[in-house]
Amino acid sequence: MSRIKQIKVNAIRNGTVIDHITAGKVRKVLDILELDGKEIVMVGMNLSSKKLNRKDIVKIENKELSHNEVNSIALVAPNATLTIINDFGVVKKVSLEIPEYIENLIVCPNPKCITNSEDIKSKFRLTKDEPVKVRCHYCEKKYLIDEVKIKK
Amino acid sequence: MKNLISMRDLSKKEILHLMNIASKIEEGKIVPDMQRKLAALLFFEPSTRTMFSFDTAMKRMNGDTIIMSGTGQTSVKKGETFADTLQTIAQYSDIIIMRSSIEGSARFASEIVDIPVVNAGDGANQHPTQALLDLYSIVKTQGTLENLSIGLAGDLRFGRTVHSLAQAMALFNVKFKFISPSFLKMPQYIKDDLKLQGVKFEEYENMEGNIDDLDILYVTRVQKERFADPEDYEKVKGSYILEKTMLSNVKENFKVMHPLPRVDEIHTDVDNTEFAYYFPQAKNGVYTRQAIISTLLGEV
Repeated sequence: MSRIKQIKVNAIRNGTVIDHITAGKVRKVLDILELDGKEIVMVGMNLSSKKLNRKDIVKIENKELSHNEVNSIALVAPNATLTIINDFGVVKKVSLEIPEYIENLIVCPNPKCITNSEDIKSKFRLTKDEPVKVRCHYCEKKYLIDEVKIKK
Repeated sequence: MKNLISMRDLSKKEILHLMNIASKIEEGKIVPDMQRKLAALLFFEPSTRTMFSFDTAMKRMNGDTIIMSGTGQTSVKKGETFADTLQTIAQYSDIIIMRSSIEGSARFASEIVDIPVVNAGDGANQHPTQALLDLYSIVKTQGTLENLSIGLAGDLRFGRTVHSLAQAMALFNVKFKFISPSFLKMPQYIKDDLKLQGVKFEEYENMEGNIDDLDILYVTRVQKERFADPEDYEKVKGSYILEKTMLSNVKENFKVMHPLPRVDEIHTDVDNTEFAYYFPQAKNGVYTRQAIISTLLGEV
């Protein structure tokens, strides 16, 4: 990490860094994170990036993300990288990918879909469309990722 | 095949197999016996035609039916969940045939009961038995499902029948003409699917002048209530009414199909021409539904 970035967004001792978030999507990422209000969270918006030109970043002290949080973040910020930090060192770094099969993470935007009237888990699959879409297993409608709401 | 929920679940091989069974049932070469079998016809959204067609199909095979039409007389009205209603009915019957305005309801039903489920229409989503009877009608009149030129006319936006048919025909190297008012065009998600499958289609706003090179013209009703301004309806309605005079240059093998009920989109003067096929099409529905029920119950 360059010195300039370190000044803009402080390093953390232990916790998780979500980097390379598409610029403008950090609010959605924060919505997904199950935070109890006590964590130290640092947010950078519109930072310059070689990979994305502009990017957002979130650093959270003393938190590891759940499986659901990781999959949900992959949906709203598919280019993001996740780094787990221990004692200022990188323990693990992964690039996020949208899962092929998405269970109980998305609210189907179709008000007539059974998932919005019965107490059942939503199920979606990625389609081959460009840009990528998800298709509801039940009502079979396809949506752009930006059109769907992530469950909390 | 354990259930019939969506045309998207069926392979070309499975479709052709069902067509073959329907044909053999029609010719009397297969006589499925449904004696002691009970079909539950759960029509949460009322329908006379599709319900009668299933009822007839079951009774023509010596089977029996229990029928629920609407939710007025049932415990759904008392607040029972959809899931509980289905699981109870599944204790009484051998197969559930259901229609609902809730999209995905038949898929959900198939996941919670252990008897076969047939989707008889779920909102604007799927109506696979209609699509299969349409395919059966096409193969009967054209001798093949391959390489045909098919016009779909009328309300292509809200009609689940044309959606299911378009998806099904996509497997057979079809060429489509979509003929509709601009705001009742085939939905983008269906067109995207067709493009991904390499299906050729063109879009038009007039029936006249666009039917002479077709093998099949599938007409659906443009409903007045879809238009916000009644004047807009009056302006376009004439473009979607088929009359006998428009048929003078059509191909010899040309047939007009319609899922019925018809209102005024096909003039009655077409009925007595060799091109009208909508009433035999309804009869084909019984053979097709016999084939579906007997296949799902393992009787053929």
